[in-house]
Amino acid sequence: MHPVTMTVNEVRHELELEPRDLLVHVLREQLSLTGTNVGCDTSSCGACTVLLDGQSVKSCTLLGVQADGATITTIEGLATGGELHPVQQAFHDHHALQCGYCTPGMVMAAVSLIGNREAGDRDSIRAGLEGNLCRCTGYHNIVEAIAEVAGSTS
Amino acid sequence: MIPAAFDYEVAESVEHALGLLAADPDAKVLAGGHSLVPALKLRIARPSKLVDIGRLSDLAYVRDAGSQVAIGALTRHVDVQGDPLLQEHCPIVSMTAGKVGDPQVRHRGTIGGSVAHGDPASDLPSVMRALDAEFVIVGAGGERTVGAGDFFTGVFQTAVGHGELLTEIRVPKLGDTTGWSYLKYHRRAQDWATVGVAAIVHRDNGTATSASVSLTNMGGTPLRASAVEAAIAAGSSPAEAAVHAADDTEPSTDTAASAEFRRHLARVLTERALTQARA
Ligand SMILES: Cc1cc2nc3c(=O)[nH]c(=O)nc-3n(C[C@H](O)[C@H](O)[C@H](O)COP(=O)(O)OP(=O)(O)OC[C@H]3O[C@@H](n4cnc5c(N)ncnc54)[C@H](O)[C@@H]3O)c2cc1C
Ligand code: FES
Ligand code: FES
Repeated sequence: MHPVTMTVNEVRHELELEPRDLLVHVLREQLSLTGTNVGCDTSSCGACTVLLDGQSVKSCTLLGVQADGATITTIEGLATGGELHPVQQAFHDHHALQCGYCTPGMVMAAVSLIGNREAGDRDSIRAGLEGNLCRCTGYHNIVEAIAEVAGSTS
Repeated sequence: MIPAAFDYEVAESVEHALGLLAADPDAKVLAGGHSLVPALKLRIARPSKLVDIGRLSDLAYVRDAGSQVAIGALTRHVDVQGDPLLQEHCPIVSMTAGKVGDPQVRHRGTIGGSVAHGDPASDLPSVMRALDAEFVIVGAGGERTVGAGDFFTGVFQTAVGHGELLTEIRVPKLGDTTGWSYLKYHRRAQDWATVGVAAIVHRDNGTATSASVSLTNMGGTPLRASAVEAAIAAGSSPAEAAVHAADDTEPSTDTAASAEFRRHLARVLTERALTQARA
């Protein structure tokens, strides 16, 4: 077992991990943060996307030990004081979800894109979501929601 | 999917990593983990130990090295993509790094891992082959530099031996009379290349005088399209030269494409890449 310290949604955790424990399983099973979903489990769908030191990553493709010392934000960490994060609110307003399975990963990917100023127009948003698959809503409303928050020009 | 159990150690320095690797013949290097972790999960890879070089921040850099640009092995795709020195002097590398996978993959995967993995479908190895890049490898016996022609030795095999580390990649600065293009065909946005073509063209008033062309996924390693290069040197147009793009190649048939479709793609993409690079 390896001692690992990580700050998740502003709470510091000292954990003992097996090197093979995947970050997504650490979040879901040890920290009970089940908002982060496993979709494909093969690095393709982005449902497991979280922020690691502010950047989007696929938590099914990282070992928990690789996140030692890192600051992690999951979907549970976005809303503050009972207020939805602007991206969450925009997904709600634009009907950017149906079953919701891809949504936590989509929202986290969108927060990272907007933070990196890579959502200036709708084409960039579509390109920036290439690692996130939605199998039921389609992408149109998701792109509209992100464009509103990013103030995209076209 | 859960990997088989393994030991894990964080390397504190290159020397420490080499020591850990020397002590265990079944140990493997972990960089960004974006080829290795999927392989561990599928249990295709079952190392006894992972030596994590992911925290060796001195191996993450892009530096001016005279006529070359030196890239530390641990530089992540996103940092290669956005690097001003590469964008100025060797933009084919930064642009291609931006075509690898998706943003999440580019936030973690490293250029060193991408070339050391030796995946014939990977994009950057082919660009390195077209550029005649150099690779700095360190091991117990010291440091050596290997050219791209000798670096990629087979499917998932490179000149980096067990117990060695790739530390740096050096690419030439391309001058004003050199054009470039990397084109890849893939079915899904985030995917590896079904076929890719990297072209570096020396031009004179809109005419190509010589070219280096490397093919992705047309064999077990990136392949130089020497018949195309000879045709360009002899004065052929991109269309005439590209007819030879699939000569002497043995591409595989898999779920993404048949060998015949791959040969077709190689010819079409070579013509387009030469035309773009010449412009
Ligand atoms: C969803 C997805 C999509 C992708 N799409 C593409 C794509 O379109 N094009 C593309 O080219 N690639 C693609 N990749 C692969 C990606 O580029 C990986 O980042 C890269 O292949 C491996 O880099 P890494 O740092 O993650 O290496 P790791 O996975 O950590 O290591 C890979 C291999 O290289 C060895 N290694 C790593 N670094 C060193 C070193 N410095 N010295 C010696 N050995 C070393 C390791 O031991 C291992 O065998 C994709 C990956 C994923 C998950
Ligand atoms: S579950 Fe991680 S990418 Fe699909
Ligand atoms: S909302 Fe159902 S998969 Fe996206």
